[in-house]
Amino acid sequence: MGYIDIVKNEYIKEILHKGIRDDGRKFMQYRSIQASVGTIPNAEGSAEVDIGNTKVLAGIKIDVDTPMPDKPEEGNLIVSAELLPLASPDYDIGPPSPAAIELARVVDRGIRAANILDTQSLFIEKDKVWSVFIDIYVLNYDGNLFDASTLSAVAALLHTRQPKYEEEKVIREGTLPKLKTNGMVTSCTFGKINGNILLDPDGSEESIMDTRLTIANDENNNIKAMQKGLHGTFSIKEVESMIDTTFEKSKDLRSVLSSLEN
Amino acid sequence: MEGNKPQLIIDGKRTDGRGFDELRPIKIEANILKNANGSAYIEWGNNKILAAVYGPKEALPKHTADPTMAIIKSRYTMAPFSSLEEHGRSGPNRRATEISKVTSEVFENIIMREMFPGTEIDIFIEVLQSDGGTRAAGITVASVALAAAGIPMYDLPYAVSAGKIGDQMVLDLNKIEDNYSDADIPMAISPRNGDILLLQMDGSITKEDFSTAYSMVKKAGATISKIQKDALKAPYEKIIEKYR
Repeated sequence: MGYIDIVKNEYIKEILHKGIRDDGRKFMQYRSIQASVGTIPNAEGSAEVDIGNTKVLAGIKIDVDTPMPDKPEEGNLIVSAELLPLASPDYDIGPPSPAAIELARVVDRGIRAANILDTQSLFIEKDKVWSVFIDIYVLNYDGNLFDASTLSAVAALLHTRQPKYEEEKVIREGTLPKLKTNGMVTSCTFGKINGNILLDPDGSEESIMDTRLTIANDENNNIKAMQKGLHGTFSIKEVESMIDTTFEKSKDLRSVLSSLEN
Repeated sequence: MEGNKPQLIIDGKRTDGRGFDELRPIKIEANILKNANGSAYIEWGNNKILAAVYGPKEALPKHTADPTMAIIKSRYTMAPFSSLEEHGRSGPNRRATEISKVTSEVFENIIMREMFPGTEIDIFIEVLQSDGGTRAAGITVASVALAAAGIPMYDLPYAVSAGKIGDQMVLDLNKIEDNYSDADIPMAISPRNGDILLLQMDGSITKEDFSTAYSMVKKAGATISKIQKDALKAPYEKIIEKYR
């Protein structure tokens, strides 16, 4: 951290006590959200999501695979996340960091718990199922990767084509049906800095926050996944109030998802 | 999977005969490994888990060191023979990497890290036999190992998971319940103020379910904390007995 960062961090903390965020947002306000689908036509599904300056691309490929031994008649869902070195000066090359693994697993849990994918419809024949690979590519980091990643993964899933399997061959081109999906899941992430709780923390807020909480919910306000992170704590009252905010703010996220067109 | 889902609650009792807010039997023994600065062993139901603490010692590699405080390196792993299923792979997989990360974050809050700048404190959690709830049992036993190592801490945290079976909220899911439950919510709590140190969840719950889960976890804390403290006292009580 350079001297300018140190001064900026002190400034952010100071103005938070007066109820002001550095970019002028309210505490419970998202940055502007842009989403588009089909950005990578070669992939079976894809979506790019910007939350402020955070930019995430999700790509989906669907391959013929063998089923998991405990679920012989269901297809597979595999979610990975890459914090690409081009996305931030703080990201290094090398195998996935614990942060990347946590990100992928939290997105995975939300999608799985909400049953967005009908894994039974991915069965082809004995010992052959479809595997749906969701790769989350972080292209520019400015905080709140959890919400941007879940949003891009779900956006891509809702606009993915289902390849055909004919005569031992995978057909990925031509007129193909849509991948079968049910409903939606979105997540809201909060950061806590010196006791102040903020929705959608940006990169500089994340660098000084003590605690993080991600809550994923569906359109019926069932909580589908939660993940607390970092060294700080939350009281039960704080968590309950963040659940209420999530129910409120997820409406906007779902309307982003339902407005998307291929 | 829905088709062959076993019945988890029969006549208000769970598969192992427990009530909804009843813990499995827990036994903890402190300082059982000679080389470690502190260690502890827990049997939580059929879970058998060892925890060992090394440090504070010089943080290596050097670039990981923090000149203002100790860094915490937790490593949660499951032995390849620990589950009833097939032979697992040794070393941490993606699940274990995530659990190690959130476990480190629990203890970053609780250890007086600023007392040991430039050092690291290693927490090794080895699951020898698993039967559901190993991350919670791992945090509970690691707390004891840290205290046994004489690491100064603000509190002695514990962890336990709550879950949902059908419409019923339950405490401390075992493996079968975990596999077929409708939600699993592991939590770690700081008993001095009830603050939440670890919170994960997947499945499907309402806001009210979450509040019920928290009160169940909170209530179980009295029992778990007592077992932790008794384990720490036990070696000294033996010495007192000897010289009485």
